[in-house]
Amino acid sequence: MSTQTLLTTEALTTVNARGRRPRVRMERVNWSGTIILILCAITVLLPLYVTISMAFKTTNQAVDGNAFSLPAPFSIDGFVQAWNLTTFPVGAGISLFVTAGTVVLTIVLAAFASYAIVRNWDRKLFRYSFFYLLAAMFIPFPVVALPQIQLTGLVHLDNPFGVVILATMFQLSFSVLLFTAFLRSIPLELEESARIDGASTWQTFWRIIFPLLGPMSATVGIFAFLYAWNDFMMPSLIISDPALQTLPVRQNLFQTQFSNNYNVAFASYLMAMAPAIVAYLFTQRWVMEGVTQGAVKG
Amino acid sequence: MTTTTTIVTQGDRTARRSTRRVEPIYYLFLLPSLILFTLAITVPAIIGIFFSFTDSIGIGDWSFNGVTNYVAAFSDPAILQSYLFTFGFSLATVIVVNVIAFLLAVGLTSRIRFKAGLRTIFVIPMVISGIIIAYVFNFLFSNSIPGLGNATGIEWLQTSILANPDFAWVAIVIVTAWQAIPGTLLIYIAGLLSVPGEVYEAAAIDGASQTQQLTRITVPLVFGYVVINVILGFKGFLNAYDIIVGLTNGGPGTATRSVAMTIIAGFNGGDYAYQMANATIFFVVAILISLLQLSLTRGRNAL
Repeated sequence: MSTQTLLTTEALTTVNARGRRPRVRMERVNWSGTIILILCAITVLLPLYVTISMAFKTTNQAVDGNAFSLPAPFSIDGFVQAWNLTTFPVGAGISLFVTAGTVVLTIVLAAFASYAIVRNWDRKLFRYSFFYLLAAMFIPFPVVALPQIQLTGLVHLDNPFGVVILATMFQLSFSVLLFTAFLRSIPLELEESARIDGASTWQTFWRIIFPLLGPMSATVGIFAFLYAWNDFMMPSLIISDPALQTLPVRQNLFQTQFSNNYNVAFASYLMAMAPAIVAYLFTQRWVMEGVTQGAVKG
Repeated sequence: MTTTTTIVTQGDRTARRSTRRVEPIYYLFLLPSLILFTLAITVPAIIGIFFSFTDSIGIGDWSFNGVTNYVAAFSDPAILQSYLFTFGFSLATVIVVNVIAFLLAVGLTSRIRFKAGLRTIFVIPMVISGIIIAYVFNFLFSNSIPGLGNATGIEWLQTSILANPDFAWVAIVIVTAWQAIPGTLLIYIAGLLSVPGEVYEAAAIDGASQTQQLTRITVPLVFGYVVINVILGFKGFLNAYDIIVGLTNGGPGTATRSVAMTIIAGFNGGDYAYQMANATIFFVVAILISLLQLSLTRGRNAL
């Protein structure tokens, strides 16, 4: 715990020191830069604004194709219809299951495996396992997709359970990489004192190491969350029953049927993307740190 | 008993190597991952490569046909076109993403107002589902922008870019870049923050202009991050699927069909073994790019 706090404050002070450092001839606020960046930020927000405003329009207004007008009158019909058309509760439930399953399984499997690998690095089996697990970073999903479709069908995992397992396996390399790097920085003394007090390996891991991994688990978990919640390719190929599809896959409904009910489509898009955006707003720090760590370690 | 042994030998590396026994519980920690990984990824990969040397259609009887699939794949215009498109698109996107992300990162680490808020906004695209944002842009490209063209009388805006076989890829680059910039941006911010401020102070005292500071100091010092971003990005874009499905679904015709889409589409058309050969080729390409990555980033651990 203390290690991580230390690391974080250190990181923060670096940021602050750098930000506050009075650069010669740059002491004043860079207003032209600020304005340019605000304009750029608008291009990011524009598609989101369009999604929200379209979602609250009536079908009559939405069909005119003017994406930038405000809803008049304000209507929630789109949400009601989208809710029924995509059977939103079922889709959201399955997306939630796939996401929660992937997050938990990824954190648990990766943390256990990483701990075993780091503490037995002098053993060939564990060292080679590390590189073996890392190899998945070099295998794009499309390469193994076809046999996976076949095999999951064969063992009756062509459903959300199968997606949880496969998604976890594709997240595993990155997560093991992050966990092992972090575990190597935890001083052995911490564990040794626990062992002198008679703690078993299991207790040492569960009571001391796993809590220490907390911040890293958060990062790993957020990435698993974003991947599992947003992915289209894997569930669309693996889950064979359309009634069991995740939210992103259900949106293709609006590309074929109901193609003129734009307000319904956008209400549906909004309901599918909102949870990830909300989750991000609450966990920004870990998302941002995670990207950096993942890239630098990878 | 084991515990004591561990502690005693922990300090001495040479002794540990020879005498220490691995506690069985460590195998229990590692094996679930190894077994699941093998079943979920290694076995399918081997099966796929195996069947790429056969004439299997995915079910029923099959027989070996050597490298027939590979020979056919290399002379198949559809596959060649998908590689050409995928590489061209990835290259264009990597350039667009890195230039914009780098400039944004320079802006976001300079003395601007609303720094935290702006950073929060710029990262949002990263957390949105690719297929859904592609549907949103699809609407903008095929309804709103032509509408704007009609209203203003600008002719080239009046038809949807997605329906234009020569320029549909531009739309895909725009949406992919929109989504990929945040990740790249965050890495550049980390890179820029790692450059000590003193360097700039010294340069400024020596009379270096802002532009000179950017090109002579910032760019060379964060070049390692450029390499990482270019390779990670390129690798990611080669797998393009979701955004293309949402925007053009490979069309018009097959103008924007990526390798991943060709593999999947061919499979749905009954070309199992043939597309596995294609997937194997794609795998080799992915490995070559990863090896390039390793050789370029090796020795850059200081990052």
